[in-house]
Amino acid sequence: MAVFGAVLFVDLVRQFVGGGISFPFLASVVLEGLVIGLAYGLAGIGLSMTYSILNFANFAHGDTITVGAFAGWSVAYVVGGLGTAGVGSLFLLTADPGISIANAFGVVVVGAIAAGLGAVVLSLALDRIVYKPMRDAGGISLLIASIGVALALRYLIAFVYGTGVKGITAPVPKVAFLTVDGVSGFGVIGPDQQVGQLASVSDLSLFVDLPFAAAGSEVLVSLTFHGLALALTAAGLMLAMHFFLQRSKLGKAMRAMADNKPLARVTGIPTERVIRMTWVLGGALTGIAGFLIVLESGTMSFSFGWLLLLFVFAAVILGGIGSIYGAMAGGVIVGLVDSMAIIWLPSGLTKAAAFVVLIVVLLLRPEGLFGGVTTA
Amino acid sequence: MSETSEPADDGSSRVRALLVDVFEGNDARMIVGTMAGIYLLLIVFSLFAGFGLGGMVNTLRAATVFAAGYGMLVLALNLHWGYTGLFNIGVAGFMAVGTYTTAILSAPPEASPGAGLGLPIPIAIVGGMLAAALVGLLTALPALRLRADYLAIVTVALSEIIRLSVKSGTLAEFTVFGVTLGTGGGRGISYPAPGSLGGWVLDNAPGGGALVDIGQTLGIAKPVMSGLVYLVVLILFAAAFYWLLVRIGNSPFGRVLKAIREDELVASSLGKDTRIFKLKVFAVGCALMGLAGYLWIGRSGFVNDLSFRPNITFFIFIALIIGGAGSNTGSLLGGMVFSSLLFYLPQFLSQNFGSTGSAPANFLGAVAGLDEFVAYTLQNISSLRFVLIGVLLVYLMHNRPEGLLGHRKEDAAAVNLLERSSKPPGSGKAAMADGSGSGGESDE
Repeated sequence: MAVFGAVLFVDLVRQFVGGGISFPFLASVVLEGLVIGLAYGLAGIGLSMTYSILNFANFAHGDTITVGAFAGWSVAYVVGGLGTAGVGSLFLLTADPGISIANAFGVVVVGAIAAGLGAVVLSLALDRIVYKPMRDAGGISLLIASIGVALALRYLIAFVYGTGVKGITAPVPKVAFLTVDGVSGFGVIGPDQQVGQLASVSDLSLFVDLPFAAAGSEVLVSLTFHGLALALTAAGLMLAMHFFLQRSKLGKAMRAMADNKPLARVTGIPTERVIRMTWVLGGALTGIAGFLIVLESGTMSFSFGWLLLLFVFAAVILGGIGSIYGAMAGGVIVGLVDSMAIIWLPSGLTKAAAFVVLIVVLLLRPEGLFGGVTTA
Repeated sequence: MSETSEPADDGSSRVRALLVDVFEGNDARMIVGTMAGIYLLLIVFSLFAGFGLGGMVNTLRAATVFAAGYGMLVLALNLHWGYTGLFNIGVAGFMAVGTYTTAILSAPPEASPGAGLGLPIPIAIVGGMLAAALVGLLTALPALRLRADYLAIVTVALSEIIRLSVKSGTLAEFTVFGVTLGTGGGRGISYPAPGSLGGWVLDNAPGGGALVDIGQTLGIAKPVMSGLVYLVVLILFAAAFYWLLVRIGNSPFGRVLKAIREDELVASSLGKDTRIFKLKVFAVGCALMGLAGYLWIGRSGFVNDLSFRPNITFFIFIALIIGGAGSNTGSLLGGMVFSSLLFYLPQFLSQNFGSTGSAPANFLGAVAGLDEFVAYTLQNISSLRFVLIGVLLVYLMHNRPEGLLGHRKEDAAAVNLLERSSKPPGSGKAAMADGSGSGGESDE
């Protein structure tokens, strides 16, 4: 595997030096992979936690992402569009108030919190109704039950919101390293600005001159505000989660349960309460991840979480089940594989490449790339 | 229906006793009875919808095609999950391999989209089954030592890889040794339809013309008639699958499979090379899935990647859970109940009763009143049925994880050693009837 990676890297360098791929292309591919990878990682934490503590692969996790995103955006639409259209059509996302992080930062924050809360409520309800009565059943029984939950959730969303793909966000500015007419630097490009058509850097709303030289007008790397928000929030939440699990008593209890459940119970850890907190924390991160993924991509449909599920599984397994850093690293790797595979593979097969990586890791190193130390 | 009867209610308990008397332990009656019940329901709804005989026959035909297709696939999955305990949720992928290989082998070279070799269909079918078995073997070789949940993830990921590959433009048309082949990519592939066998029989077989005439006088159009003939072929294949599964289940080979399911360590301690057994059974099951995919999903002579999304795998799985993993009769029953009652019937209702024109366009209009809600529900029943299926699956896992017939114990020996009958050990069929009879008592 390492040899294969090295070969790919050498080939990448060769193509890059030989001019086969340009820097802006490579940079955009890497950045895209990084951003979506962080989202996979954030969404994967909840899956990783239930996998390690409750011992089952939760196939309903993808649809928890969906429910969180729908709940969050419904609330964001109602809050942000109040007065412009009826509450009902705002809630069902049929009226578009044109929300973006640039024009309604507060609304987006409220929406993200609502997405987290929605997923928490859902997770707790599902645990109470579906999983709690099966606490002693094997992992496979729970897995099968979660398939039923996934199906029911997905089509309940379809029943209420319809099956079409919805455009959700308004266009936002981008931050970029760019050159305009020979002047290079870091700036913010408005959603309606084309770098090629700008007369000078003074047209940009923000520009910092940086000492790298290039001719003409060109964008080297750019990232939308939404992508930036996704990356920063995801990284921040993952870091917070890591410190929480390392330092707090509850975090230690969770790790103890993941390690050895009977022993944890004997030690006096209130296992049911820990399980509930697992759903709360995992659910919150999952819902927020769903909300952010939609924020970044701009569109949402009833099955988008389900379609993400395999990538999230890949991220979690790649990093080692139960490990937060693992989920983060695994997510980034999966995101990078998916986006960078375009350099070598035809566009239809990049997703397949991410799944191949998943299978290879499961076969060669089922405990995950990071040794499967469940340090959370 | 008999589940809810109270002991005090004399009438219904007598009905229940009668039902148990007629159906318990008699698999043929059970299958025929279930299908008759489904038919009765569909006939009633068809009458309400104002169908003529032709439309009614076509409705029953469509439901039976579903039942036979699901029946075959559920039986094949039963070999993996029910008998051996292999959690394979890549069924769609193996179906895709079988269907696409058969399609490519049988499609004429100048076909578009897709291109093929133009081989005779029987050879193509064998080729498709071999390809599916080979892919199954290649999957199983490394994957079978994994834990059950990892095997699940590997197989479902593999099925997506297969689907994305046949969809990709790269394999849409490629050249090997100077021969151009192709999957047609996203446009799908056309090939000689196995379903056209029905039309061929009507045109060429002795008595075919008479059948068409009888159909005409009854008001059954010729395409429906040819569909009926192909349905007979499907049912025969489903019966063959059933026979094969029963034979495998009762053979010494099947005994080892069940031992692996119960406790692999014990089986290997007794000197059985469980790896070889699992490999073999994985390949056989995958070949059956490939064949069933071609016969059922590929019956119209055109497939694309959309038919092989993971959803279909989960539907087959749910059908198996409903019927009861480990029981062949249960597999058939589960396939029938799932496909005709849970999958086809709601769609049928929505098509024939849902389009009243007054249904609100979205959920907002639906909550305005009860009438609107009912109309909206009928309109969107195709979504709602999956909610129902999901809830049913959770309910089953809570209350009856063994499904309809999964509680049955199949005898380890081909003959029941406890009841030394004077009859010599007969055919597989007699042994089967014995085996299922002995399990019946544990139900109550």
